[in-house]
Amino acid sequence: MNNIFFTNAFRFIGLIFLQILIFNNINLFGYLNPYPYLAFVFLFPYKKERSSLLLLSFLIGLTLDFFTDSGGVHAASTLFIAYFRLYFVKLILRKSEFEYFTFQITSVSVDKVLLYFFVLIFIHHFLMFSLEFFDLQSFFEILKRTILSTIFTFLVTTFGYYILVSKKK
Amino acid sequence: MQQIINFLIRNRYLLLFLLLEIIALIFVIQSHTYHKSKFITSSNSVIGGIYTKTNKLKNYFLLADENQKLADENTYLRNLLSKKNSSVDSVIHKVSDTVYHQEYHYIIAKIINNTYAKRNNYLTINKGLKHGIQKDMGVILPNGVVGVIQDVSPNFATILSLLNENSKINVGVKNNNHFGTLAWNGKTYEEAQLLDFPRRAMLKIGDTIVTGGKSVLFPEGIPVGVIKSLNLRNNYYENITVTLLTDMSNLSYVYIVNNIDKKEIENLEKNHE
Repeated sequence: MNNIFFTNAFRFIGLIFLQILIFNNINLFGYLNPYPYLAFVFLFPYKKERSSLLLLSFLIGLTLDFFTDSGGVHAASTLFIAYFRLYFVKLILRKSEFEYFTFQITSVSVDKVLLYFFVLIFIHHFLMFSLEFFDLQSFFEILKRTILSTIFTFLVTTFGYYILVSKKK
Repeated sequence: MQQIINFLIRNRYLLLFLLLEIIALIFVIQSHTYHKSKFITSSNSVIGGIYTKTNKLKNYFLLADENQKLADENTYLRNLLSKKNSSVDSVIHKVSDTVYHQEYHYIIAKIINNTYAKRNNYLTINKGLKHGIQKDMGVILPNGVVGVIQDVSPNFATILSLLNENSKINVGVKNNNHFGTLAWNGKTYEEAQLLDFPRRAMLKIGDTIVTGGKSVLFPEGIPVGVIKSLNLRNNYYENITVTLLTDMSNLSYVYIVNNIDKKEIENLEKNHE
């Protein structure tokens, strides 16, 4: 129990610092940044009690909003994928309600995990850019940024996942 | 009663989700409203403190670049000063001292966080209330405008960047008395757009855009950008694009403009309303 607590606390702080110190300053082509802090939501223990997941996902987003003066866009979109994570686990990873509360993400086949990451990242980025622009006229700009950033975040997250997480099993 | 409690317990995650989501959306909407002090701001002491620490490392790598910029500015100011001396010889300046009194006071500050890739960008500086910074002061560089002070804490402040949907800066054309507004469409940090210029302004590609005299935030005549392209349709200007002179992606020191007469001007203008 304590171990899980410390792992996640460490991950929470570590991902925030990586995000604000490194990944927020990449600005590829002048405007593209990856958001690998979402790994916190993907890796958070899958268990029945979900309020800690919701609260912490909200908090990690809000912390980033403080650092980047972005209102509440990270908080809103990160909380959103944290809540709907369960449904995508059922849909993509084909885990039943019962299995959901016991399975480990590292025990699922790689292609499915990557698809799961990709879909959640896409939803998160689409929401985030929509809230950031807050303007229907910018729809194509929002879509462009969503697609390009999703690819960027996906590559960084997958890379990090292979190096740091999947080895542990 | 029992049923309500059961309902709440059964849907507790959904309700928690909705509650937090609504809070987040309120923050989002608040951030899109101009002129409202924000709760989510990097001008608070914790975030500002962290940015100050991480900036120390970055500074080390930027020293050479920074020296070059300072040397350039010194040369520019020295040239300006040598021009001034010759005109001071005419007695007029000395006589009408009250007219030529100091109008602006500048405070230097260091940028400790800069965003320019988002739709709405903000910068954080390492000066605040303690150093005389107040909301709605203009922020400039030797060759351009950066934005306007938004939120201030005792030690830090955030700047509403020129690259923000809420930023509207009064500008004019050099050697011409027509005014318009400089705004940003969110596409690239190298360009901004001009709005509300009358047809009579006779704009041309290559014209220099400077800060206008209508605003109390900025001294008049600071160069901002150069017109890159424009269309004329039905006798109205459309899509005037300006290449900014400031590289917004590479800022380190900025000047905060304190207009000494601002209060007086504003009080005077309030009487009309």
